[in-house]
Amino acid sequence: MKTAVVTFPGSNCDRDMWVALRDVSGKEPVKVWHGDADLPDGLDFIALPGGFSYGDYLRSGAMAANSPILRSVKAAADRGVPVLGVCNGFQVLTEAQLLPGALMRNAAQNFICRTVPLVVENDSSLFTSAYSKGETIRIPVAHHDGNYFAADDVLDRLEGEGRVAFRYAENCNGSRRDIAGILNARGNVLGMMPHPERAIEADHGGTDGRRLFEGVIKSLVSA
Amino acid sequence: MKVRIHVSLKPGVLDPQGRAVHHALDGLGFNGVKDVRIGRLVEMEVADDTTDEALEEMCQKLLANMVIENYRIEKVAA
Repeated sequence: MKTAVVTFPGSNCDRDMWVALRDVSGKEPVKVWHGDADLPDGLDFIALPGGFSYGDYLRSGAMAANSPILRSVKAAADRGVPVLGVCNGFQVLTEAQLLPGALMRNAAQNFICRTVPLVVENDSSLFTSAYSKGETIRIPVAHHDGNYFAADDVLDRLEGEGRVAFRYAENCNGSRRDIAGILNARGNVLGMMPHPERAIEADHGGTDGRRLFEGVIKSLVSA
Repeated sequence: MKVRIHVSLKPGVLDPQGRAVHHALDGLGFNGVKDVRIGRLVEMEVADDTTDEALEEMCQKLLANMVIENYRIEKVAA
């Protein structure tokens, strides 16, 4: 089991992601720096963490999406390596066109930092197999640009193909159709605004995020 | 050659920022403002032989997000 967390200048959830993966997988993830041209060989899982990569210059995630390491992440995703993007990581994945749509400024213009209820919409993906469809879980959000936008035909396709992984039980940011997390067509890339890596310890407010990592690790071990 | 790239939100995409600014203009007593949309202006100095195709590509690959934004290229006379 070899996992990696990519750090960009301005990432600030990379250590939380690293700890979550270490605790659940029992192995220390590889730390990858944005300027590295290549990912280490034989990765089983790649995480793009939250934060403010490149100071959110131009648009959130836009600069990171064009950084050297993203070419390697794209190539890995194309080979089927699971990629999880959380918060800024989700923004990077949409800017890199690994996922459809865009994340706009929150509808109310405010930065939202609180724990929100999410409904699990898909429990058969690599990332969500440890949840039950329809279940409500509680995961923290902390973002300014989490307002998911895509054209109606794209939204219809995402819903028709079961690619909405999570929805907000209460829409906190204006996202179209309450979307909080989506999968790519192949199902090996998940982008989500809420932070599962911040919900892995009971002492830190909840463990609903832990199952996402447990599900991923279990699928990878049995694969 | 000096080039200005005007990036604006596509029609139909909600602009909460524009709405907030519209509200603030109302609050300042400027009546008759019907709509406010906020965009971005990118000013570039490029080599004179830069092709239109290259400029289009810059916009589509980086300067605008084609999911939500339109762009307009303006070449500024020196």
